[in-house]
Amino acid sequence: MQLLSVKDVSKTYHLDRVEVSALSDVNLEVYPLRFTVLSGASGSGKTTLLNLIGGLDRPDRGEIILNGMPLGGLSDDARSDFRLRHIGFVFQNFNLLPVLNAYENVEYPLRLTGTRPAARAKRVRDLLEAVGLTPHARHLPGQLSGGQRQRVAIARALATAPQLVLADEPTANLDSQTGDSIIALMRHMQREFKTSFVFSSHDPKVLAEADDSAILRDGRIISITRQTDAGVAL
Amino acid sequence: MNTWSLALRNLLRNRRRSFATLLAMMIGGVCILLFGGYVQNIIFGMQTGYVRGGGHLQLQHRDYFLYGSGDPAAYGIADYQQVIDLVKHDPVLAPMLTVVTPTLQFGGIGGNFEVGASRTVMASGEVMEDQNAMQTWNDYGFPDKPEVMSLTGTSADSAIIGTGVARVLQLCAPLKVADCPAPQAKAQTEGALLPHDVSLLAAGDATPEPASGGNSAAAELELLAATISGAPNVARLKVIKAESQGVKEFDDVYVGMHLRQAQRLLYGAGAPEVTSIVLQLHHTRQIPLATARLKELLATSLRDRPLAVYDFRTLNPYYGQTIGLFNAIFGFISILIGGIVLFTVSNTMNAAVVERTVEIGTLRAIGLRRAGVRTLFVSEGLLLGALGAIAGVVVALILATVINHSGLTWTPPGRVNPIGLHVRVWGETQLLIGTAIALTLVAVLSAWWPARRAARLEVVEALRHV
Repeated sequence: MQLLSVKDVSKTYHLDRVEVSALSDVNLEVYPLRFTVLSGASGSGKTTLLNLIGGLDRPDRGEIILNGMPLGGLSDDARSDFRLRHIGFVFQNFNLLPVLNAYENVEYPLRLTGTRPAARAKRVRDLLEAVGLTPHARHLPGQLSGGQRQRVAIARALATAPQLVLADEPTANLDSQTGDSIIALMRHMQREFKTSFVFSSHDPKVLAEADDSAILRDGRIISITRQTDAGVAL
Repeated sequence: MNTWSLALRNLLRNRRRSFATLLAMMIGGVCILLFGGYVQNIIFGMQTGYVRGGGHLQLQHRDYFLYGSGDPAAYGIADYQQVIDLVKHDPVLAPMLTVVTPTLQFGGIGGNFEVGASRTVMASGEVMEDQNAMQTWNDYGFPDKPEVMSLTGTSADSAIIGTGVARVLQLCAPLKVADCPAPQAKAQTEGALLPHDVSLLAAGDATPEPASGGNSAAAELELLAATISGAPNVARLKVIKAESQGVKEFDDVYVGMHLRQAQRLLYGAGAPEVTSIVLQLHHTRQIPLATARLKELLATSLRDRPLAVYDFRTLNPYYGQTIGLFNAIFGFISILIGGIVLFTVSNTMNAAVVERTVEIGTLRAIGLRRAGVRTLFVSEGLLLGALGAIAGVVVALILATVINHSGLTWTPPGRVNPIGLHVRVWGETQLLIGTAIALTLVAVLSAWWPARRAARLEVVEALRHV
């Protein structure tokens, strides 16, 4: 049974009276505990698709069902709550809260869920240890390197034990060596914390690490490759 | 790290901007508090003046307040000592009273017949010992020393007059009144209108002989008044001093004298009366209780007497009008400062929203609801407001202390002698708390709109913000 189902989703943006079709009739299924990559050139619709999957935006047409829950019918507050408990986000620019240290950044989603202090502290410590940042727990984002910031972001994304983590070009702002280590870390975290990752990238090395991959072009999925598949041209 | 902690850290991110905003709020708070303290001091000063001069409450003939100015003596209180004794020994009133004293006010004509000058006057007969006791009332802790009435210890026929009366009656020289030129404009003006020969005659008649005041002899005043039976009566008074009464209209008519002398003039050998029984209380806040008790007495023990009780606010409408004026100015200044604070805080919060747009998008993506974003920014406004208000209160207290010890003086309206410039901030709990709360509320209000804007940002748009 699939974790995520994207059915006939279309999205058009209106920019200065010009309609830009970002996605057209996209269909995609993501299975639990998989490492799925959305690939494609810049402007192909990867970020738009991730935003729709993450409930950050609403499709013009079609339906997105995550873990059996259609996101389209949820109110704004309900979608916020849903994101908090079921989806983690990793951003290209890390997007850590600059006034919070590494520990507090990871802890923040757990505070929103109302997790008890003891459980919260244990979870944060475990995650920081898993991403190798225990010695930097009290450091502010500004005192961390790019790779360290992204590690904090990954730990934060996993804080509430979501079924799905979405990462938009997580290695784009990192050098290749750091980017490789981040991909390796994400792979490790995906297995250790038993979650699913969907992320966008056009890095061939990242594609090679994927269980499944989908290639987008001009807002359409043109190819889906699964671990067990040889590749399906659409 | 809760919402407050996060809000505080966000404020500390841009220390210079937050400090500038705090400074604006602090200055606003200081201005409001210092002006409020200054106004409070004026009001207390006026109240002290009225209470020292005319007590908190007065028992009068019930029609005296409305009609007595035309013929005060017609509205006298007979057997007034009986009323005074009743009031003084009343178990409810007695603990509240500091002074109970009779006064007699009436109109007449004051003359210095040696120079052919006269004018209408308003005379007041008082018991000087009681008046001196009233001068010691100081419920608000003013640093001035109580004045001793000039008529204290003088002979029964002594009197004091306003400087305006001394001027008109040409008594300036013996009374050593400064800035008191001899009248001469009248003759010149008339000279232009009258035939030349008549003018010369008039000028010859009008040439003043040296007034009795021209030498160092004691000044005398003939006071003509109608007795209670309507017959004219004259008292020759020794004027011992001319005193400025603060208000020119009053200064031009005032004659002060001993109560017994005033009563002899109006009532002759008949039973003396007074126009008011003045009651001074320990504290102004006792007025409602004392008034209620007096009304009770008027309805029972004194029911046969046509008396009414008035407080000093009713007797001195200028007091209420002045409070109203200052309250209006205070309100206007407060609104003005509130507006400046509102726009300053609003500007700060708007800038914060723009700078932190991506951060807002991140918070929303993580799962913070719109209300959470709104709460965060309103909390920042609330913190700014609270810190600005606290800083304003502290600085205002320090400045007030400096001003109060600076030795500056000023002469309030209606008073003669300068008093120390005093700004009442310390101890004015209502003013302090009210200003602090108002500033904080304005800051919260200022943050509300930017917070609402932040909360309504679309997540995707916010994350895409550059």
